[in-house]
Amino acid sequence: MATEILYFAWVREKIGIGAETLDLPTGLTTVADLVAWLSERSTGHAEALADPARLRAAVDQIFVPLDAPLGRPREIAIFPPVTGG
Amino acid sequence: MIAVTVDPAPIDIGAEYAAITAGGAGGIATFAGLVRADDGVEALTLEHYPGATEAALTALAEAAVARWDLTAARITHRVGRMVPGDTVVFVATAARHRAAALEACAFLIDRLKTEAPFWKKESLAGAERWVEPRGSDDAAAARWKF
Repeated sequence: MATEILYFAWVREKIGIGAETLDLPTGLTTVADLVAWLSERSTGHAEALADPARLRAAVDQIFVPLDAPLGRPREIAIFPPVTGG
Repeated sequence: MIAVTVDPAPIDIGAEYAAITAGGAGGIATFAGLVRADDGVEALTLEHYPGATEAALTALAEAAVARWDLTAARITHRVGRMVPGDTVVFVATAARHRAAALEACAFLIDRLKTEAPFWKKESLAGAERWVEPRGSDDAAAARWKF
């Protein structure tokens, strides 16, 4: 099942794209597993995703910690800590 | 009544204030956040997560209405490019009495800063830099935990 992966702020800039649609392999249990898998896609991905402590995530627009179960989402967003207001 | 707006257009504070007062509350509290010119910042660009942003702001407004028995809550957040002095965010709460309106307004801006998916980028001296989150914002948001 294809999953839409969204990137925001400096994560988006380092990767070079704001979104990509990917078929996720089986065996990814948590969001952190997905981040590790994505980091192998390009040097930009590797740089953007190198330090998971600086990353936050949302699964189907619900904000979750990186150790949350991945499940079979339609949409996952990966981004830095928020700075609005 | 809850109203949440995320839009690149300049925020019309007069219209926002007129809307929040239309409900006939006894007390209105408002907060406006403006772009600062710290360190010679020339422009601020706000990025957000369309859909998730509006959902996060609506959830915060619903929580505030329930906790303080508000008659209305409005959150208006600008996105895109702004310059110092521009209004980034405007929060307004309406209640029968001042304490509920004031507390709910502070709750909304404190929690918005740590929970709503916005990201600020500063432009200065021909360079750009992403704003880092501040620990003091986390502390401000944490004081509203149930």
